Amino acid sequence: MTEPVLQVRGLHAQYGPTRVLHGIYFEVQAGGITTILGANGAGKTTTLRAVCGMVRTQGEVLLGGEHIEGKPTESIVRMGVAHVPDGRGTFLNLTVEENLRMGAYTRRDREQVLADYERIYSYFPRLRERLRQQAGTLSGGEQQMLAVSRALMLRPRLLLLDEPSFGLAPLVVQELFEIFRAINRDSGVSMLLVEQNAALALKLADQAYLLETGRVVISGSAESIRNDESVRRSYLGY
Amino acid sequence: MDLLLHQVLSGLATGGIYASVALALVMIYQATHLVNFAQGEIAMFATYICWTLIQADVPYWGAFFLTIVIAFAGGVLVERVIVRPVENSPVLSLVIVFIGLLVIFNSIAGWIYSYTIKPFPSPFPSEPLWGNTYIGPHELGSMCVTLVVLALVFMFFRYTPLGLAMRAAAQNPVSSRLVGVRVGWMLALGWGLASAIGAVAGMMVAPIVFLEPNMMGGILLYAFAGALLGGIDSPGGAVVGGFLVGVIENVVGVYFGSELKLSVALVIIVAVLVIRPSGLFGKVHVARV
Repeated sequence: MTEPVLQVRGLHAQYGPTRVLHGIYFEVQAGGITTILGANGAGKTTTLRAVCGMVRTQGEVLLGGEHIEGKPTESIVRMGVAHVPDGRGTFLNLTVEENLRMGAYTRRDREQVLADYERIYSYFPRLRERLRQQAGTLSGGEQQMLAVSRALMLRPRLLLLDEPSFGLAPLVVQELFEIFRAINRDSGVSMLLVEQNAALALKLADQAYLLETGRVVISGSAESIRNDESVRRSYLGY
Repeated sequence: MDLLLHQVLSGLATGGIYASVALALVMIYQATHLVNFAQGEIAMFATYICWTLIQADVPYWGAFFLTIVIAFAGGVLVERVIVRPVENSPVLSLVIVFIGLLVIFNSIAGWIYSYTIKPFPSPFPSEPLWGNTYIGPHELGSMCVTLVVLALVFMFFRYTPLGLAMRAAAQNPVSSRLVGVRVGWMLALGWGLASAIGAVAGMMVAPIVFLEPNMMGGILLYAFAGALLGGIDSPGGAVVGGFLVGVIENVVGVYFGSELKLSVALVIIVAVLVIRPSGLFGKVHVARV
């Protein structure tokens, strides 16, 4: 097995005096998809924020073997971590095209960037039709596509996805997850997916961790968790 | 009729100055949601630097561009050293820092250069151009300079990656960090640009009002009125507002007496706040609750 692209050990995180994560651990394999499941308030979003330095943390975060804990967010992003935040983080007053250009902000390889625009339109043809439109006027599904595209424009090593299914119609969610699978297969981007929709996430991922109030309670291959009836009943509710 | 035309034209000339300062105010407002009360004094101080350079026999345009560079660097420095340490403080503390900056720049200028008024050269010829008597050459020249500055600023924000990043950082700092923008530096850059724009306005207005530490006091008020009239969060609106205030001020000055000129600015401010708080071009903020 190759070295994991992301390793997290004994990670604590807090907002002011409130502790949210209590020493969690997990890994994302190079080219793999890891999902973190859990109920509301389990600490899923905080986990992603902790990885890219948006909250105060203690513990170890290694990106490709290099310590990144305590680094400013911008620097972590420049090392190849793209984050699709909860709420999508769209630049509402910029056009769709400008949003995509912002995604490629740190890149200097112009020709590759142009090729990547085309690659993204092949995944999300609808964005090409909306290029000149203000991003705030897009529908929820389109904004999620835009958020994922913006993150992909960075050419990340690791893509962090924060509840991409949130607030979207089931058909749109299906389509979006198909595209995640295609992106992972085509370009080998590793993904860390946080989801409430456990059934969907377990189908996409190869490794899974279950969070409960800031602690990892179960971990294993996605397949074994999917097939473990007792876990499914007591934690995942399907 | 001739008189009115004459006043409108010279109103546009001073309006250009207000427009520049208003634009500088709006740029910092967009990034921080605060009005930089020290904007005028920074412009005044930059004008003194230009004056010093000219005294040292630097040719006018050399001094002009050198001053813009110095003002830019000074603006960046002020943000890094003075504003940044307090950026997360309550609004009131920041306002006091800005007022403190105003007083500091004003007093340092007075201390170094004294409060006596100094003539400041105009780079434009002194004879009327093409025999027209409607608008003086300095007024026409400074209007052109203002329009060039505004066009450059517009193109910078519209067409360059850095301009785009600055807009994005002002709008959504969290997402900007997530695509790798160093948001703190964008803010410093905004201060640099604002103080460079202010410096141009200072150098253009100094030949008219003469150089002294308090020369920007009234202008800042008019510029603020202009920014509010156009919409404090709209750069284009601030420019239009600045020109409008210049014209209104001049026309009122002629028909109702020049004592009322400054009151016009205050009337505009109050009227905008009462009737249309978002200004002519500003966005009306609606929040879901």
